[in-house]
Amino acid sequence: MSRLLVCPPDYFGIEYEINPWMRVSNTADLKRARLQWYALMQELEHQIGATLERMDPIAGLPDMVFTANAGVLYGLRAVPSRFRHPERQREERYFEQWFRTHGYDVTLLEEGLYFEGAGDLLGFPDIWFGGYRQRTDIRAYPRLSEIFNREIIPLELVNPRFYHLDTCFCPLSGGELLYYPPAFDPYAQTVLSDRIAKDRQMIVPEAEALRFACNAVCIGRHVVLPDGCPDTMKQLEERGYHVHPVPLDEFMKAGGSAKCLTLALE
Amino acid sequence: MTAAEETVILQGHIIDSLILAKVLDTILMMGGTFDLSDVQIGTTRQEASRATIVVRAASPALLAEILTTIQPHGASVARETDCTVEPVRTAGVFPDGFYATTHLPTHVRLQGHWCEVQAIEMDLGIRVDPSKVSARAIPMTDARPGDLIVTGRDGIRVLPLQRPPERDVFSFMEAQVSSERPHGPIIADIARRMRTLREAGGTQGKVLLAGGPAIIHSGGRDALTWLIEAGFVHVLFCGNALAAHDMEAHMFGTSLGYGLSAGHTVPHGHEHHLRTINRIRAIGSIEQAVASGAITQGIMAACVRQKVQVVMAGTIRDDGPLPGVITDSVRAQAAMRAALPGVKLALLVASTLHAIATGNLLPATVPTVCVDVNPAVPTKLADRGSFQAVGLVMDAASFLRDLTRELGGKI
Repeated sequence: MSRLLVCPPDYFGIEYEINPWMRVSNTADLKRARLQWYALMQELEHQIGATLERMDPIAGLPDMVFTANAGVLYGLRAVPSRFRHPERQREERYFEQWFRTHGYDVTLLEEGLYFEGAGDLLGFPDIWFGGYRQRTDIRAYPRLSEIFNREIIPLELVNPRFYHLDTCFCPLSGGELLYYPPAFDPYAQTVLSDRIAKDRQMIVPEAEALRFACNAVCIGRHVVLPDGCPDTMKQLEERGYHVHPVPLDEFMKAGGSAKCLTLALE
Repeated sequence: MTAAEETVILQGHIIDSLILAKVLDTILMMGGTFDLSDVQIGTTRQEASRATIVVRAASPALLAEILTTIQPHGASVARETDCTVEPVRTAGVFPDGFYATTHLPTHVRLQGHWCEVQAIEMDLGIRVDPSKVSARAIPMTDARPGDLIVTGRDGIRVLPLQRPPERDVFSFMEAQVSSERPHGPIIADIARRMRTLREAGGTQGKVLLAGGPAIIHSGGRDALTWLIEAGFVHVLFCGNALAAHDMEAHMFGTSLGYGLSAGHTVPHGHEHHLRTINRIRAIGSIEQAVASGAITQGIMAACVRQKVQVVMAGTIRDDGPLPGVITDSVRAQAAMRAALPGVKLALLVASTLHAIATGNLLPATVPTVCVDVNPAVPTKLADRGSFQAVGLVMDAASFLRDLTRELGGKI
């Protein structure tokens, strides 16, 4: 069954502004955030049967809760992130340490080669896609492609609200792609409409994309996504997915949702 | 005139992701131009591709703006370094790892400046002068101890061939060889170029013809003689045989013993070329034979009269040979090489040996035609790298007669 790395939101908060969603004045309600996080874990663990690996949160690192940005792994090989913003660079060593102590073969990218883990690198078994321009440096992909021996198609992200690929792009287990095209430049949109069969493209409407409908966790035929996305849910259900809407608005204040709060370990 | 240029490298899965297309579109949209100087496409889906792009702009400011714009898409400025050189230790031996040339225009970077390699031809090395301001392609045999020879691949640019402004058969620059290709338009294009070069009176370049004895055997002698007399051919590369049979035809009316008008062997005809060679050897040289009136007609006589530069290269099967035939092949190669500057059109007619030898010496920028009744010859020439050669599968005499008629000769 699926294993996910998560980090409890003990120190979560809006302490800086590194994306358009964050406003220091828009304080997170920690109590509510905790409830929402535990509800998400409940759904993943008990409704879907995923195994959760909890890492220790660190005081002063409010965004560590977003484990999707820890790095990227495949098999026992892990490449920890190199964050663009100094605020998150302090998380790097904790994620790296977690990978090492859990038996992963860790490869480090050279310093200054920004790469924000599974937040920007996602894909299907045969092809991976990498978001660039907002956070990850496109130059990281040839290196990652070499490390993982995978084709990695870089996609330019053009809207700062969709600053990571996982905010607007979600590959599903049945081969469908849930995504929001305007988050990409015209070349990336062409690539996606060419590479993904028409009947497998599931376009998310703007209003729901802005609620991070694409920031969903797909495990087998289950999809966990933020609540308030009826159109996306309907599309998923029509294709036979079991949908699990979870309220996660406290985390939206930091620009993250269900997918950002997890890192698939398998 | 281009004011500024920079080489950038783009790598990764740049083809299917349209990243390469995006970068190239961006350069053009911003008013720059580019040359894709090298593209290596990954052979499997997993393998990355790599493109080397020379970006050009009208001003350094525009270039900087373009580079800044394409940089986030992964285009990184190639770290430009001077080419590396190593000294020759033994005469006639290049240092290990020497750079082997192509016949395409080539530049090397010396002390921060790109400089064009002179006398480029395929399969040579590049010698840099001691003050490092110029470079020249040289054969292995010319390497002298202490010469600085370019090694490795850094600081070397091979430029793709620019399409010539003329819209004729040479503008395709591809060695298509087909016996089914109509000859007429190709010959008309060749004639047009020859006429232009002759009208310029040598200011725009010379026409080279490299030919074999089949020109005489097949009956193309009169046509070639006319072309030379009329001033359309300025350099002739041949062997002992073409000259010997041309003069045999004048002295005995035969070519390798065949009566040229009778069409059959004549008694003791096989001796004719030997007697011809022997006669010329007795006279001392072809020039003297013409001057003394012993030879008054034919290709060699026309060459002497028109002061055509003739290089005769010998082979191990030669009889004689005639005086003037260079029997040392390295010297012959050097003499051919020395005759090439200024050649702007090369006709390689009915000789595998001379066609390939000449093809090896010609830069890719020289329009080249290879005429042979055997399609294997132009094919072989293309296989050895002379991709610019236009192949014409036809008999030598027919080619020369058609060309002569096209140029107004009455044959």
